[in-house]
Parts: sequence; C-alpha cells; structure tokens
Amino acid sequence: MLSVSNLSVNYGSTRVVDKLNLELGQDEILMLVGPTGCGKTTILQALAGLIPLSEGEIRLGKWTSTPAKHVPPEKRNVGMVFQDFALFPHLTVQQNVCFRLKDTSLADHWLTLLGLDNFRDVKPASLSGGQKQRVALARTLAHEPAFVLLDEPLSNLDAALKDSLRWEIRDALKKAGVPAIWVTHDQEEALSVGDRIGILNKGVLEQLDTPESCYSTPNSRFVARFMGEASFLKAQFDNSENNVDNTVITDIGNVPGTPLQNAHGDVDLLVRPDDLSLDASHASPNGTVDWVRYEGESRLYAVTHDNGSQLKVRVSHENAIKPGERAHMQLITTHPLAVFPREA
Amino acid sequence: MTNWPKSYPLALLIALMALLPVGVLFSLAQDSAQLFDTHNLRVLGNTVALMVLTIIGAVIIGVPLAMFTAYVQLPFKRFWLIVLAAPLALPSYIGAFAMYFSFGRGGEIENVLGITTPPISGLWGSALVMSLYTYPFVMMTTRSSLLSLDASLVNAARTLGLSLGASLWRVVLPRVVNSIAAGALLAALYALSDFGTPAIMGLDTFTRVIFVEYNAFGLSQAAMLSLQLMVIVGLILFIESRISGATERPGRHLSLFPARWKCNLMLLSAMPIVFMAIVLPLAIFTLWLVREGTGGFELSYAWNSAHASFLAALVAVLLAIPVAHAAIAGKAGRLMERITYFGFGVPGIVMGTALVYVGLQLPALYQTLGLLVMAYVLRFLPLAVGSVRTTAENIDSGLVKAARVLGASPREAFTRITLPLTLRGMIAGAALVFLEAMRELPATLMLGPTGFETLATYMWRVYEAGYFGRAAVPGLLLVLLSGVGLVLMLSGERKAQFTVTEDERS
Repeated sequence: MLSVSNLSVNYGSTRVVDKLNLELGQDEILMLVGPTGCGKTTILQALAGLIPLSEGEIRLGKWTSTPAKHVPPEKRNVGMVFQDFALFPHLTVQQNVCFRLKDTSLADHWLTLLGLDNFRDVKPASLSGGQKQRVALARTLAHEPAFVLLDEPLSNLDAALKDSLRWEIRDALKKAGVPAIWVTHDQEEALSVGDRIGILNKGVLEQLDTPESCYSTPNSRFVARFMGEASFLKAQFDNSENNVDNTVITDIGNVPGTPLQNAHGDVDLLVRPDDLSLDASHASPNGTVDWVRYEGESRLYAVTHDNGSQLKVRVSHENAIKPGERAHMQLITTHPLAVFPREA
Repeated sequence: MTNWPKSYPLALLIALMALLPVGVLFSLAQDSAQLFDTHNLRVLGNTVALMVLTIIGAVIIGVPLAMFTAYVQLPFKRFWLIVLAAPLALPSYIGAFAMYFSFGRGGEIENVLGITTPPISGLWGSALVMSLYTYPFVMMTTRSSLLSLDASLVNAARTLGLSLGASLWRVVLPRVVNSIAAGALLAALYALSDFGTPAIMGLDTFTRVIFVEYNAFGLSQAAMLSLQLMVIVGLILFIESRISGATERPGRHLSLFPARWKCNLMLLSAMPIVFMAIVLPLAIFTLWLVREGTGGFELSYAWNSAHASFLAALVAVLLAIPVAHAAIAGKAGRLMERITYFGFGVPGIVMGTALVYVGLQLPALYQTLGLLVMAYVLRFLPLAVGSVRTTAENIDSGLVKAARVLGASPREAFTRITLPLTLRGMIAGAALVFLEAMRELPATLMLGPTGFETLATYMWRVYEAGYFGRAAVPGLLLVLLSGVGLVLMLSGERKAQFTVTEDERS
C-alpha cells in the first residue's frame, strides 16, 4: 500500500507542495484536482522519483524514499501515464509496450483489450491521440506496476474522445487491480471517475474524501467553488440542542444543514444550482433575473434575491425567463446542505 | 542530486583541450623578436580594410537578397533560395583561384573570348571574392529575422500612405538591423580567418603573412602574428556577443506578389552574383578539364582527403557526445560546451601554427596524420557538438522519464532512448565535420605529413607552380563536395551550420 507522509517539495526557495499526507487503498483510484499551478504534477513527479523530496517520506512495500535517501524511479515499480503520452518515437507500438518485458503475454493481453491489435507494427507518429493514450496505458499496465500515476491523461484529446476514454481507462485500471493517482484539472472528470478526490490549493491538500462528500460538504469555500457552481445564501442556524434536525432558516425555505467550521447564528448556506426551483408565474416573486445562459438541455440563471444574495439556478430549458424579469425562487432540496460561518 | 553528471569530467577535459592552441601560442610568442613594427602596421591595415570592405559588400548584396527571398512569392522559391545561398558552401579559395586566372591580361577570359578584362587581385580582388562568398551569412540571418516579423506593421504603414519601398526602408529595416549586423560580423570573421583568398590574390593580411613566416622558419614570429589576429577575432566575437536577438513576437510574415516582369527583373539582377560565385568557377574548371584532361591528378589525393576527414568526423562526434550531454545537464556543462566553441573562432592558419609547435615538442606526433586530425577536430568540433546537442535537446524529456519509470536505469535509458534518437544528429554532425575538413586548406598545408597531398593542398601546389590547368579535377571535386554539404545544410531540419554560428553570437 502506498503511503505518503508530510511530503513537501521546494523549487528553489518556493514551496510547491506542502506537507501532503495520503494513503492509497488496494485498487483505489484517487483523483487529484486543483487549478493550474497548484502542485498536482509536482506531486506525481515526486511520487515517481523524477524530482527530489524536500521533506517527508514515500513508502511502498519494500522501499521508502526520503530527502536523504532518494529511491530512483526504476526501483519504485511505478507506472506513469504522461500528458503528452511519451511514446518512444523510434519504436513500434509493440516495442513500446514490451519495452522492458521478457515475457510478452501481458503486453498481448493489454494490446488486445485496448483494441490495439491492428497497430502493433506501427510507429507512434501515425497514431491518433486516443490511440496514443491507449498505447501509453497498455505500456504502463503491461509492466505490472505496484501503482499507477496518470498526469492529465486526457487533456491533449478532444472533448468527444475524453468522455469515452475516461471510462476505458478506469475499467482498465480496475481490471488490472492496481491503485492509481490521477491528476486532472477537470472537476467533472474527478467526480465521475474517482473513488476518492483530493482537492489541492497552492500546494496544500484542502480536502480528501469521496466525490459525494467533496461536492455536498466541502471543507472550505475554495473546495465548494472548485467542485461546481456554488452560491452562498444568507441564512440563520441555531446550533443549540433545541434544533434537533439541524434546520437552516432562509428567506426561500428551510432545509436540513450540515454545519462546518462551527457555524452558527448568521451563516452562509452553500446552494448548488439544482437545489432551487424558479417560477416566473408565481404570485409573489422574490427575485430579479440578472442573466441567463442557455445550456441546451437546461438553462442557468443568475437571480438576485430581494435580500441581496445572488443565486445561480439551473432549470429545464423549457423555462424561458428574460433578464430583468421577476421570478420566485424556492429551496427544493431534501438532503442536508453545507453551512459556512458568515463571511465578513 | 548534488553530484556531478558523469559526462562532466570528460567534457571538462575536452574543453581544456580546446584551449590548448592559445596556451601554446602564448608560450611560443614569448621568443618573438618583434612585438609590433611598421610591417605589422601594414598587415593590420590590409586585414582591417579587407574586413570592412567584405562587410560592406556582403551587406549590399545580402540585405536586398534577403528581402527578395523572404517576401517575394516567386515560382521555384526553394530552388532560388538554394542557388542564392550556395556560395556559402563553397570555400572562397575556389572562387579566388578561378577569378585570379580568369581575369586580367592573359587570363582565361581573354584567351577564350578575346576581351581584355581588368585583373582581379590585391585588396579589391580579395574584397570582391570575400563579398561574393560571405553575403549568404547576411542574407540568411536577415531573412530569418524578416520572416519572423509581423506583416501587419508594413500593411499599416501602407494604409497610412507610405509606398512599399518606403515602408520597407522605414518600418522593416530598422527592426532587422541586429540580424544584419550579426550576419555582417559572421562575414567579418570569415574574412579575418580565411587564408586561401588573400594568399591567392597576393594581399598581405595576417593569415598570408603568418604562412610566410612559418615557411621561413619564423615560428615564434608566426605565433606573435597569430595572437594579434586572435585579438581582432576576439574583438569581433565580443561585439557579436553583445548583439541581442529579436525581441518581437513572431507573426504572419509579409508576402508580396509582384508582376511577372518585375520578378524576372529582380531575379535577373541577382544573376551576376550567381554567375561570378558559382558559374564562373564551374565553367573555368570544366574548361581546364576539357583542355588538359586529368593530367597530374592522382586518385590518392582524394583518398587522403577523405581518409583524414573521415577520421576527424569520427573523433569529433565521439568527443561531441559527452560535451553535448554535459551542456544539457547543467550550467557548468554549458560553460564547458561554450569553451569547445572556441576552436571555431580560431583561424585555420593559427590552429596550424599552434599545432606545428606542439608537434615539434612531441616528436612522436610530428608529421603524423594524428596531428592533422587533431587540428580538424579542434576546429570543427563545434559543428558536431551543435548538431548532437540540438537533436538531443529536441528529444522530449518525458521520454527518458517514461523509460525510467518503466524500470530502466539511467544507463539503459541513455542507450535505448537517447542514443538512438540522437543518431541522426550524430550522423549529420559527422557529415558537416567531414565536409569542412575536406575543404580545409591552411592547417592541412602546415600539418599534413610529408608527401600527404589532399585535394585542397594539391590546388595550392598547382597555384604556386602556376600549372593552374591541373586544378580542374580537384576544383570540380571540391565544388561537388560543397554541393553535398549545401544539401545537407538546407535539407529539412539540418540547420546545424546556422545554429552553430548563431550560438557563437549568443
């Protein structure tokens, strides 16, 4: 089992990764997400042994790497899938996948499984992006790594391909039964593929949890915003024992809440666009539409409530309201929403 | 990761070897009787005059041709570019040789056509020949800079009411002055270090006088003169290093589509240059071949040239590998690489003087092929280093990482990934060194073992003896070789010659 404790990496005097702790389960896929420059790729490179640690240690079975005792990449039994695929241009697909293998049966297995049988004798230059990524994956898995690192494996591919390849990679990893750390900047990808998600902000791991928890009960406003459209609604919350079912009181309805950071009294309620309804024909409208974005199957509205909070609401595309028109908003969710202390 | 890359000790050794000639010259020059005299002053005057005239000539020819080849969309563009760049690949002594014997009273032009032409010799003759063979430096540096300029500025100037010519003069030229200067300085370096042209034209420049001193057993005087020449070379290199490259963001470059007759007129006005630099030597050598046959020429000359050059190419590439590796590995290695570039700035005649002295001190080396190969390697190593380094640099660093992550040791990653991917660069580098060595004249004259005649030295003997008709075969062979070099230089990614020369500037 891979375990990382207090891992820190400095570039010169700047700290890029600060005291990272994580453990990886048997065949778990951990998604690392964060905005550009948050240290995601640096973490992968440190885990692979491609850059030295500044502090902390990485442990896996027989080896332990520390700043004093660097374990070179070839001794780590790690697999890595690169953003730009890193296929050896002078070798054929077959030779790439069999790079250090004496027994090629596993290579055959993965080439067949990933649908690459017809391309064995082709050089990487003549493959499409999706095929290259499959070859890279086959090469990694055929070498039987103890864990796999994926560095934004889909970012060089076009949107249509991303969707299907995402699942192909997940299936392959699960079939191989190896744990993986998958870096991406796409929160949607992280939510749908990962068993757990780690959200990074400026080199610090802000939250490490299941996709559901990260989305619905984020540790911080940063995580809340990063995981999807987030609005904050002024609300009241009583944290005493009188409030048995943790009800949050707002101007547009009362809902169950999960208090975070010891929030009570005047609070901000995290509202996702699908937690709300919007009705233009209601007798007593309570907000004004600022703008609307047509999304095909739905419309996203920004509506300012008469109390001053601007909320984003996603409703069916049949519901057409023009900016400037009045409408009625209501909380319709039944699951608990995250409650943050009121921001100064 | 604080320990030194494994290539550093080797690279350091090679870098120190590259500095050897200067060290030798210093110790040698201490025995020199004269530091500087009136004769010296005249030589200095000639050298500087030749340099200045070459710069002027190269700029006058090179800049308009750069504009022409960069902007005008004419049919067979690539062909014309190659033709116009071709003189760069020819050693200028070939042109000097042909022109010296073509023009003037009793020259071949008078013999064949019956027209008496003024002789081409001395300062003006040397300057003409030099300009004809160095303008491609200016043309190529200016052209690449022109191509990176955004066309919208010219278009803006024209919509503001400026004519095309005025726009080019006022909006384009000021922005490529640095590139013109860079090319002009390369031409200046060439003019300073070339031996064959002033020697044939009878102009007493440093290179010619050094050779005369050497022949008169005045080795320490030759060393003193060599050092003086190196000072000027150093000065030019220093100025070069101060010229900054382009700072503008590249954009879509200008394309002009002039009328057919205008195109033809422009091409026509470039023809005298092509005629003088390429057609005339070819025609003269062919004429001699027809008239006098292959008399006096022995195949062993070509074999000797190829043999020595092949050894030089082989050694240069072998030495280039650790240097290139070190250059990529870190800052100190980069410095070592820089030092090996030093040899490229050392004129062949100076390198010859230094190594003759080394040979005299180490009798085991004197008059051996090894010493000659060493001179070639020291001079042309940068061509191999540049070529190997650029290919190695262009290898995606992710590939080596990928190999390491798959379980390959650094050594295995190097032999299975880096080395095969660098092979092309090594072959190209070897080819460049080979071709340069084949054409090298002064160091070959001074260091070749007794009786070891090559194509270049044979041409020199022919010139000295005045049996110029016998230059036909070696002349044509050298032109042919130069053609191969040109194709190498311009084909696809093969721009090592230019990256090398540009490296010297930065």
